[in-house]
Amino acid sequence: MSKPKLVMVGNGMAGVRTLEELFKIAPDMYDVTVFGAEPHPNYNRILLSPVLAGEMKVQDIILNDHDWYRDNKVNLHLGKKVVKIDRVKRQVISEDGSVESYDRLLMATGSTPFMLPIPGNNLEGVIGYRDIADTDAMIEAAKHYQHAVVIGGGLLGLEAANGLKLRGMDVTVVHLGPWLLERQLDEVAGKMLQKSLEDRGLKFLLEKHTEMLIAGESGRVAAIRFKDGMQIPAELVVMAAGIRPNTALAEASGIYCNRGIVVNDTLQTFDPKVYAVGECVAHRGIAYGLVAPLFEQAKVAANHLANYGIGRYTGSVTSTKLKVTGIDLFSAGDYMGGKGTEEIVLNDPAGGVYKKLVVKDNKLVGGVLYGDTSDGPWYFQLLKDAKDIHEIRDTLLFGQSMVGDVGHQGQSSAAAMSDDAEVCGCNGVKKGTIVRAIKEKGLFTLDEVKKHTKAASSCGSCSGLCEQILASTLGGAYQATASDKKPLCGCTDYSHKDVRETIRSRHLITKESVFEAMEWKTPNGCDKCRPAVNYYLISTFPHEAKDDPQSRFINERAHANIQKDGTYSVVPRMWGGLTTPAELRAIADAAEKYNVPTVKVTGGQRIDLLGVKKDDLPKMWADLNAAGMVSGHAYGKSIRTVKTCVGAEHCRFGTQLAMSMGVKLEKMLFDMYAPHKVKLAVSGCPRNCAEAGIKDVGVIGVDSGYEIYIGGNGGIKTEVAQFFCKVTTDEEVMEYSGAFLQLYREEGWYLERTCHYLERVGLEHIKGKIVEDAEGRKAYYNRLLDSLKNAKDPWETSREEKPIKQFIPIRLEA
Amino acid sequence: MSNWKLICPLEDIPQLGSRVVQQAAGGDIAIFRTSEDDVFALHDKCPHKGGPLSQGIVHGKRVTCPLHGWNIQLESGEAVAPDVGHCGKFEVKVEGGKVYLAV
Ligand code: SRM
Ligand SMILES: Cc1cc2nc3c(=O)[nH]c(=O)nc-3n(C[C@H](O)[C@H](O)[C@H](O)COP(=O)(O)OP(=O)(O)OC[C@H]3O[C@@H](n4cnc5c(N)ncnc54)[C@H](O)[C@@H]3O)c2cc1C
Ligand code: SF4
Ligand code: FES
Repeated sequence: MSKPKLVMVGNGMAGVRTLEELFKIAPDMYDVTVFGAEPHPNYNRILLSPVLAGEMKVQDIILNDHDWYRDNKVNLHLGKKVVKIDRVKRQVISEDGSVESYDRLLMATGSTPFMLPIPGNNLEGVIGYRDIADTDAMIEAAKHYQHAVVIGGGLLGLEAANGLKLRGMDVTVVHLGPWLLERQLDEVAGKMLQKSLEDRGLKFLLEKHTEMLIAGESGRVAAIRFKDGMQIPAELVVMAAGIRPNTALAEASGIYCNRGIVVNDTLQTFDPKVYAVGECVAHRGIAYGLVAPLFEQAKVAANHLANYGIGRYTGSVTSTKLKVTGIDLFSAGDYMGGKGTEEIVLNDPAGGVYKKLVVKDNKLVGGVLYGDTSDGPWYFQLLKDAKDIHEIRDTLLFGQSMVGDVGHQGQSSAAAMSDDAEVCGCNGVKKGTIVRAIKEKGLFTLDEVKKHTKAASSCGSCSGLCEQILASTLGGAYQATASDKKPLCGCTDYSHKDVRETIRSRHLITKESVFEAMEWKTPNGCDKCRPAVNYYLISTFPHEAKDDPQSRFINERAHANIQKDGTYSVVPRMWGGLTTPAELRAIADAAEKYNVPTVKVTGGQRIDLLGVKKDDLPKMWADLNAAGMVSGHAYGKSIRTVKTCVGAEHCRFGTQLAMSMGVKLEKMLFDMYAPHKVKLAVSGCPRNCAEAGIKDVGVIGVDSGYEIYIGGNGGIKTEVAQFFCKVTTDEEVMEYSGAFLQLYREEGWYLERTCHYLERVGLEHIKGKIVEDAEGRKAYYNRLLDSLKNAKDPWETSREEKPIKQFIPIRLEA
Repeated sequence: MSNWKLICPLEDIPQLGSRVVQQAAGGDIAIFRTSEDDVFALHDKCPHKGGPLSQGIVHGKRVTCPLHGWNIQLESGEAVAPDVGHCGKFEVKVEGGKVYLAV
């Protein structure tokens, strides 16, 4: 049986992105034919500006080369404009007479520059700014002529003007509005921008109506005249006064259009066989002119073309950035404000910085940044997530980076970094390398950056910096996705939230049923999603879902930490940091018997035996178990340590029995798995010798009881724990801490530590469920105790359940 | 000529898991079993920094190295792009529920 035929009209960014998405999920479904009016394979139109400015070359901006089309068996018609669609015969016909029939048609015709309807608009030397041909024409004109006029002071116009200026022309920007970029900026920022562009030698004529273009002797344009009688020389005129969706073809074939080809939330036009994406489309009345929303459309359209029928496109909030090197400008959402909104403004004209944030109902709805845009992506994320900002309102304007992550010289803003500064400390990746990869390989997402450069692919602490670099390199093409919509990994389009909710609501208890119900794209997931799914299953249905060892990272499978040379480390638990001579003797014996090369005291108040061979692990643990010791879980996404100080047991300042409180907590939580590792500490007084202020749960004894702090972290980004509540008895400490941890276990996303979970949901949410709701708290606490009721040392479980073959190598005699 | 050696019954290797075969000389060999019961054998040494691939997570026909997360194709021993590297492979077969390795 032959495959159905998919024909695409328009070989641009949105259309080809749709094909890429389609090939990812249903590679062999269609015979694909593409018509493109331009003679080039798909290129990154956005980067025409750097090409004009002389910062890049045309060959650098190709996104899909000829090999790509060949490898994906695309039948490509380049330089052929489709002139007719016959919807009855289901055929498209191009200028040169080529005919192709289709079962499904994808319209991705983009848009064209709007040419002002004035006399002289068709003279030689009058062009729009849209494609490689226009860019070449400008570069050529700059070699021979002097005076350029750009009509339109929007993003495109300013980028054109800047490029022509850099190529040595004398450039005047003519603009109808009262200030530049009035669709992206408010007046203050618009004027600041104008000033810095004037400093670079650009000229501006604002609130000017163009009357006509005047030809010179050669017939080429020579001057421009305005309604007020003024006239200036112009040998090149670039019209950048807006774009018009390319709908003529669709309209002529009877497909309903209204400001664009009208589509529904699945990107289907009024003809169910015809889909449309990109700038040619009107979705819910909006035609977008930036790539980020078009890429979202592409994803949804591909899903429906593949007959999966999942996903709706419901519209986008957009952000923009001007791509003029040296000028930092960012705007997003509703930046003008208005009724019902409040504004937070910082205006420092001398320092060249202006920031305006527009807030409505305690949520960020828009903003303009000029001069310092490093926090743009963060604001955009807050905006997309519709996050409640009232707790951080005082410092919101100063940005995200009160404290820098460790490992990149304390830098928290990519803009300030030089090209050879190291961004990723784990893999030694420099900023310049990332910028180059983004440009040369056409990367658009953090995932792609991770894959191609390795940056942010290990500890992840530089993810934020990488996103900033992406945002500043891509401009408006940068897509911030709402956090709860980010796909869990490449195997699925569903997010952590979706997966959790589906497991709970459909009562799924095996990974296979999850992969089937949620239509995983891979047969059995990958190293990212399998551990996450396994955790969600066993934490949601504790005694019902069976743990799958093959979905666990080796450390959790071997109950020990793998080392760089393939040996393991053994950390026996020392409850609350306490030990006995007998335990120390057992550790010493084991270390000698198994030739342990290194014995070290850890940062978690216990002893690490490093360099153990894998086949010795079961024997060593049999010895340690026999001496009454159990695994310290120093390897797991699980309860690690409860650090204690000597407390009122010994200390002259102690107010509470910190050691015994710590031991009780650690025993209660033994064998608890969580989205990420969990560390606690109990100090006997506010001097806080156990460092409770940087723990997931920190308990501090005071004269009248205990203060409980949550969400601290001493790792990649130091995060001070937040005050949670004050209680009086040991039992309450157990109940409040236990209930909080159970809430985190149920709501946290895999690999999200308590500090990140807390940042996402907000302290008020957690207090509401645990501190303010006594019944709810008890329920959470009881669920925790229930899921831990049969807790056993993992070594005991391994011995009982199956022969521990994984530890025994097969020897091959010579 | 291949010299087939009996290694173990298939069920001694967990699905989506592996076993290590120690040779007298020439380094360890990792034998992997997929969810479809295909069996593959590679040098137990990641082309990146020598990590023990046998300890990785197996998915599809790939294994993720436990040390820094490179993905290696079980069929060819090639690293998955953008990483570049190659890991030696060995012939294996399953007959009558038993795994044989050519060494
Ligand atoms: C052994 C130990 C270092 C030591 O010799 O002191 C250690 C060793 C490792 N830490 Fe740690 N951490 C150790 C205490 C800490 C501490 C200090 C503490 O617990 O008081 C911290 C900061 C506190 C915190 O977690 O908030 C710490 C923050 C990290 C982080 C960053 C976590 C974060 O959320 O930012 C990682 C990476 C991760 O978990 O993803 C990490 C990961 C690791 C790993 C597991 C790296 C790995 O994946 O292989 C190291 C294992 C080495 C090995 O092979 O055994 N280790 N690590 C400490 C064991 C404590 C214990 O008894 O269990
Ligand atoms: C100079 C410049 C700078 C930009 N900067 C940014 C930026 O910083 N950030 C951002 O987000 N966006 C930017 N944009 C906008 C962005 O490039 C567009 O939003 C995006 O390219 C639109 O994609 P599309 O596929 O809908 O249209 P296009 O990419 O225009 O593709 C449509 C293609 O269809 C072809 N076509 C049309 N009709 C036919 C037909 N009948 N038959 C065959 N082929 C046909 C056209 O020739 C064209 O190649 C910029 C645009 C320009 C011009
Ligand atoms: S023990 Fe921790 S800090 Fe030290 S090298 Fe390993 S992960 Fe890094
Ligand atoms: S050793 Fe395998 S990924 Fe580094």
